[in-house]
Amino acid sequence: MSRASDDQDVALAGASERLPDESPGLTRRDLIAGAVSVVGGAVLGTLPGIVGAQDRQPAAPPWRPPVPSDPTRVTGAPTTAVGVRSPFETPTRTPTGETTGNSLTPLQNLTGTVTPSDLHFERHHAGVPTIDPARHALLVHGLVDRPTTFSLDDIQRFPQVTRTHFIECSGNGRAAYREPKPDMTPQKASGLTANTEWTGVPLATLFREVGLRREAAWFLAEGADACRMTRSVPVAKGWDDALVVWSQNGEPLRPEQGYPLRLLLPGWEGNINVKWLRRIELGTHPWMTRWETSKYTDPLPNGTARMFSMELDAKSVITSPAYPEVVKAKGWRPITGLAWSGRGRVTKVEVSTDAGDTWHDADLLGPSLPKAHVRFQYMWNWDGGEACLLSRVTDETGYVQPARRQLLEVRGIGTDFHFNPIVGWRVQSDGRVMFDGET
Amino acid sequence: MRACLSLGSAALVLACARGEPARGPIVSATGPVTAATTFASYDAGAAAGGPGVGRRYGFGRTPTRAEVATWNTDVGPDGGELPPGRGTVAQGAALYQAKCAMCHNKNGEGMAPVYPAVIGRDPKAEGFHFAADPKLVKTIGNYWPHATTVFDYVRRAMPYNAPGSLSNDQVYALTAFLLAANKVIPADATLDATALRTVKMPYADRFVPDNRHGGPEVR
Repeated sequence: MSRASDDQDVALAGASERLPDESPGLTRRDLIAGAVSVVGGAVLGTLPGIVGAQDRQPAAPPWRPPVPSDPTRVTGAPTTAVGVRSPFETPTRTPTGETTGNSLTPLQNLTGTVTPSDLHFERHHAGVPTIDPARHALLVHGLVDRPTTFSLDDIQRFPQVTRTHFIECSGNGRAAYREPKPDMTPQKASGLTANTEWTGVPLATLFREVGLRREAAWFLAEGADACRMTRSVPVAKGWDDALVVWSQNGEPLRPEQGYPLRLLLPGWEGNINVKWLRRIELGTHPWMTRWETSKYTDPLPNGTARMFSMELDAKSVITSPAYPEVVKAKGWRPITGLAWSGRGRVTKVEVSTDAGDTWHDADLLGPSLPKAHVRFQYMWNWDGGEACLLSRVTDETGYVQPARRQLLEVRGIGTDFHFNPIVGWRVQSDGRVMFDGET
Repeated sequence: MRACLSLGSAALVLACARGEPARGPIVSATGPVTAATTFASYDAGAAAGGPGVGRRYGFGRTPTRAEVATWNTDVGPDGGELPPGRGTVAQGAALYQAKCAMCHNKNGEGMAPVYPAVIGRDPKAEGFHFAADPKLVKTIGNYWPHATTVFDYVRRAMPYNAPGSLSNDQVYALTAFLLAANKVIPADATLDATALRTVKMPYADRFVPDNRHGGPEVR
C-alpha cells in the first residue's frame, strides 16, 4: 500500500487532511519519511502559510516491494483502484515546502510530449485552494449585454473542444540564464514548462453567450485562491484561441492546476492562465494589477520595463543526454528534447554537437501542433571525445532561438522574465554530461 | 491566417496599453460573428468558429447586484473604483508591525526568498537600472507604477495569513504607510479615495508595452 512516489505529495497536501488515525493507507514508513509529524496528538504544519521544518526534508529513498528472482514463477499483484508508477520509477517535482513558490517538472524523466498531470510544474502565489465544484461559479460581467453566473454544470453543457498546449512560466530558466552552473538538470534549467491535453469551452462561446459590448477591449480574469489572482487580457485573445478548461489529460484538473476551472491562453505566460477561475470582467483598459506591473514585467537595458509581454518566445532544450545522465558507451544514440513556441508551430529544430560550429536538422517526432511541445531527435554517433550539444528552434514566424549573449545584449542580465537562450550540454570523455548555459 | 491574427492581436495589445481605443480584429458579439475572421485557431477542424458558433444556449443565471459587488472589488490605475474610507501613515505603521512585519520584516526589507521586500529605495536602483543588476531590490517605491493598485493588492491578498480581513480604513492606512515609507508621500499624510488618486509613483513612465512581434528580430 505504501506508494513511494507519493511521499512528497503527502507532504505537500498538508497534514491536516490526512490524520494518521484515519489513514490506513499510510504505513509506518510514510510517517518516518517525514510526511506527517505528530506530537502529543497535534498535527504540525497545518497553519495557513506556515510549514513545519519537517516538510522541507528531502524525500526518503523509495520503498520497493520484494522482487522475485523470476517473476514468471510467482503470481503477481491483484488489480487496483488507482494505478501507481513502478516503484523503480520515481520522478518527482521539486517542492519547496512553501505555499508560494514553484515546483518543477522533471523533464529529464519524460518521453514524448504529454506531461503526466501529477508532474506538471506548479507555481502558486497563495497556496492551492480547496474548492467544492458544486459551489464554484464563473461570473462574467462588466461591458456585456447579459451579466451571467455560470455553474460548473452550465459550463460543461456548452460544446467542448480538446486542445494540446504547453504552459510555461515566464520565469522559466531564470537561474540558468543569470547563473548557469554545470550541475543543472533539465528540470532545474527549464522545468517550469509542461504540455497537456486540455478540454474546455472556447472563451468565445462564453463571449457570445453574454454579448460583449462594442467598447469592451480588455477583460480581467480572477482566481478563487487566497490572493484572488488577477490578470488583464486583451479581448482579442478571447475571440482567438482562449479556453475555459475543466479537464487535463482526460480527467478533471488537478487542484494545483486550477480545479475546477482554469483560463487557458495558449502560448501566453503561465501566470496569465488564471487558475481556480471565478470571474471575468469586461472593460475598456487593463487593470494594471500587481501581477502585470510590479511582477511579470521585464526590465530592459534602456531603463524601461516591458509590460504585457504575454507571448512566449520559441525555445528548445535537450533533455537527453543531460546532467546527471552519464553516456555509457560510444556509438549511436539519440539526442532528444523538447521545442515550443508561444506564437504557433515549431517549424525546425537544429542540433549541434560541436558547440554551434555546425548544425543539423533534427527530426520532429509527431505533428508540430501550434503552441505545444514537440519532441525532436537527432541520431548521434559519439566517438568518445568531448562534445558540446546544443539545440536551436525556429518557429513559423521565422523567429530563431537566440544565444544567451544575444539576449544579454537586448534584455540585460537583470531582466526578470522570458528566458529562451540556446542552452546545451558538455559531454566529457568519461561520459559525464554537464550543463552549459553560456552560449 | 494565424500569423495575421497574431500580429493583429499584438497591435491591439500595444494600442490598449497606450490607452488608445481598441481596434483590431474584434467584432461586436451583439451582431453576427464572422467565424472566418475571428477564430483562426479553430479553423483547422471541422467546426470553423468553434463548435456551436452562431448559437446562444441560454445557460447560466443573472447574478444579483450584491453578488457582483461582493466579488467586483478591483481598483484600477485611475482609482475610480476606490471605496469610502481613510487612514493615516501613523495608523498604517502600527498596522504594519502588527499584521505584516512577521513576513515582510520590521523595515519592509522582506525575508528572501519567499516574502518580498515592500519598502526600500536603494540609491543604486534609482534611475531604473534593474536590467543591469539582478541584485537590485524592487519595491513599491521603485517598481510599482500606480498607487491605487497598492490599495487593490493589499485589500485583495493581504495579510498573507488572513486575506480579506482588513477594513477599507485599514487598507487606506497601510497604503499610506507603504507609500510614505517609500518616500512617495509625506510622513504625515492621510489617504482617502481622492488623495490616493492624485499620488504619482516614481518611474510610472518607465513601464512600456511589449514590442516583440515574432519574426527574425530578437528583442
